[in-house]
Amino acid sequence: MELERHEYDVIVVGAGGAGLRAAIAAHESGARTAVVCKSLLGKAHTVMAEGGIAAAMANAYPEDNWRVHFRDTMRGGKMLNHWRMAQLHAQEAPDRVRELEDWGALFDRTPDGLISQRDFGGHRYARLAHVGDRTGLELIRTLQQRTVALGIDVYMECTVTRLLTGENGVTGAFGYWRESGRFVAWSAPSVVLATGGIGKSYKVTSNSWEYTGDGHSLALQAGATLVNMEFVQFHPTGMVWPPSVRGILVTESVRGDGGILKNSAGNRFMFDYIPDFFRKETAETEAEADRWYDDKKNNRRPPELLPRDEVARAINSEVKAGRGTPHGGVYLDIASRRSAEYIRKRLPSMYHQFKELAEVDITAEAMEVGPTCHYVMGGVEVDPDTEAARVPGLFAAGEVAGGMHGSNRLGGNSLSDLLVFGRRAGLAAAEHARSRPGPAPLPDDDLADAARAALAPFEREGGENPYAVQHDLQQTMHDLVGIIRTAPEMEQALERIAALRERVGNLSVEGHRQYNPGWHLALDLPHMLLVSECIARAALERQESRGGHTRDDFPATNDEWSRTNLICSRASDGTVALSRQPLPTMPAELAEVFEEVPA
Amino acid sequence: MSYDATFRVWRGDAAGGDLQTFTVEVNEGEVVLDVIHRLQATQVGDLAVRWNCKAGKCGSCSAEINGRPRLMCMTRMSTFGEDETVTVTPMRTFPVVRDLVTDVSYNYEKAAQIPAFTPRPREADGSHRMQQVDVERSQEFRKCIECFLCQDTCHVIRDHEENKAVFAGPRFLIRLAELDMHPLDVVDRKHEAQDEFGLGYCNITKCCSEVCPEGIHLTDNGIIPLKERVVDRRYDPLTWLGSKIRRRRPD
Ligand code: SF4
Ligand code: SF4
Ligand code: FES
Repeated sequence: MELERHEYDVIVVGAGGAGLRAAIAAHESGARTAVVCKSLLGKAHTVMAEGGIAAAMANAYPEDNWRVHFRDTMRGGKMLNHWRMAQLHAQEAPDRVRELEDWGALFDRTPDGLISQRDFGGHRYARLAHVGDRTGLELIRTLQQRTVALGIDVYMECTVTRLLTGENGVTGAFGYWRESGRFVAWSAPSVVLATGGIGKSYKVTSNSWEYTGDGHSLALQAGATLVNMEFVQFHPTGMVWPPSVRGILVTESVRGDGGILKNSAGNRFMFDYIPDFFRKETAETEAEADRWYDDKKNNRRPPELLPRDEVARAINSEVKAGRGTPHGGVYLDIASRRSAEYIRKRLPSMYHQFKELAEVDITAEAMEVGPTCHYVMGGVEVDPDTEAARVPGLFAAGEVAGGMHGSNRLGGNSLSDLLVFGRRAGLAAAEHARSRPGPAPLPDDDLADAARAALAPFEREGGENPYAVQHDLQQTMHDLVGIIRTAPEMEQALERIAALRERVGNLSVEGHRQYNPGWHLALDLPHMLLVSECIARAALERQESRGGHTRDDFPATNDEWSRTNLICSRASDGTVALSRQPLPTMPAELAEVFEEVPA
Repeated sequence: MSYDATFRVWRGDAAGGDLQTFTVEVNEGEVVLDVIHRLQATQVGDLAVRWNCKAGKCGSCSAEINGRPRLMCMTRMSTFGEDETVTVTPMRTFPVVRDLVTDVSYNYEKAAQIPAFTPRPREADGSHRMQQVDVERSQEFRKCIECFLCQDTCHVIRDHEENKAVFAGPRFLIRLAELDMHPLDVVDRKHEAQDEFGLGYCNITKCCSEVCPEGIHLTDNGIIPLKERVVDRRYDPLTWLGSKIRRRRPD
């Protein structure tokens, strides 16, 4: 078999924020490091992040500190977050932002020259370091330029299809060049998964084609566990019209900068959806909400800035009740509330996006928006300090890792998560590699088996079309495991997933191995199917509603479930096994935070 | 609302290829990339195309549409008549890999050659203080999504393969300008800009600015000021020193 071979200490799979930050950390601690990514360097989904990086730097509000950020994060996740991850994240985010400046990032400034921080849903203080509404691009370009300056090897347009493991854990990875279709094997004692999320399993999503759950699935197949897979975040504001752009993100900054949500009757409906959990910190009247933008001390937050799960559910209810817009969304209005100049300055890429894609001028008219699948809170179960999965040598950071965000992620906490845990994963992966005697041999049988599996879709004649199977999977998850869930629907989803598994086993593709998107999709589909099954199984099991998991048949939160995580693992027969695990207990001195900070 | 459009799409690889004609459905509000995806899903499953964000933010889907360098995801079908044939070809300045996918490694090589950003030390409290007006000049260039459409357009390298060794192209000239205007950077790259990255090859035709989907004023705000500073530096070291000092904020 024709096979290109390489040897490293650390292989990082994925070149978004977490992957690049991990690679930089591993390289700087002396490990021979390579990054493997499905797209060209600099194109990762991180570029889509618009709003900013949450970090309690206290540039805008001296009252802000890590304890308040920690509290906001835990409350936003409805207390299901791993307390230690939330703590490390809040403590370390400011340093991770500052070091980006040393690598060339140029954030927007405060009048006295510090990094400016903006308001976002669920954050008590203005806390998001930002660059207009293109913060993700700034982050990726900064890390990309740093990676290049350090001379780290990058395998671009290269897909990992398997993790290789031996008796002592990870031994390497197997993949193919998208351009030529040729196979590559990397021998390495440490692998960091930084592959992002799973959104492509859903029909309406803000996620790019890369988000096929590769890392979740590779980890599961290698023997690691996934936690909290039932929690999928539907971002409240995606574009709804025209159909071809349905799902594309409309940044939360529109609301942070003054935008409000209205139904077809012109009512600011979010006031009708303030849950008791957040009542004390949310404005009761429009007048109070409007005053808050200028005077945060004496007023409470507008309900438009409740955590994303609350807003997404509210929009969903309004549309279901017949108060939606002509295209099945609600109105997001900033035009009537801020000057055209202010909007163009603060939200340039939103202005551009609506102008170009929908022929809507957001400085003159309201946008139509609706929920879109945006982020998976669930992911690889890791040790909070090292991001080590249950398989020795395997690490995970960023969206592919679970625990940090509990049942719902706050906006802005993703970019900071990538930086904080990307760095930690890179350091721990380098450390692990140092503890190993040297590269383990990669058995020929394993490599041949991986190659055979990858080529199978070419061998079959007249099998299933991968595009059609993907479409049916997306429809299934959209219809049956979406924002609002019920037991009968999820049972039906599991039946359909079983049927789809048969079809995925019978995919065939035309053409040859050189840059063949049909083949690439055929190899991504098994991952998409496996994570979809994990989501559906866990969602069926959790009989309560919390964060990014809403059950029509169990609409309330439940005390027993507030102490329970759901863990997915691979059973010996290859199916997904589910088990319950108690939540880690928060130490007393952290629990105090929830009393000391006024709500 | 739907209609059938005629699309001519270049198919082939490094060895050669040709334009193939397809009839394909178009729906309201769609962009060229949607139609290419429909071709993939229904007629030619192995049609090669790059894309990621579908929102003009990642710079992956660059191609030439009716001869104009454009992002496929930001080119609305409503800009064409229903009976107009839409021709989609790969960027001409870069070698073809397959179909609409080109080998853009030239750009990554140039990026790697640029001397890295090097900051002045942080202030005593660990911060870097900069004024918004001072960061805005470099921020304009940092909006670049690396679609390489400006590179594709620039006549210095379009159809002039031999110039690629000595000319970095507009994208990397504005990267040099960005670093030169960066309030924190302390490295002088003017010498390299001229001698290694080929600043002198640019004769300010402004074609690069015209195709930039981010609306970056590559020539007016980046290349021309850089040329001026290179001249200053070469013939009048004192002027250069003065300008460098003025750019520091008074402490
Ligand atoms: S202005 Fe200069 S860099 Fe831009 S296209 Fe013309 S010659 Fe090329
Ligand atoms: S400067 Fe503009 S045209 Fe050139 S690569 Fe950047 S975004 Fe594209
Ligand atoms: S797909 Fe990202 S710019 Fe077109």
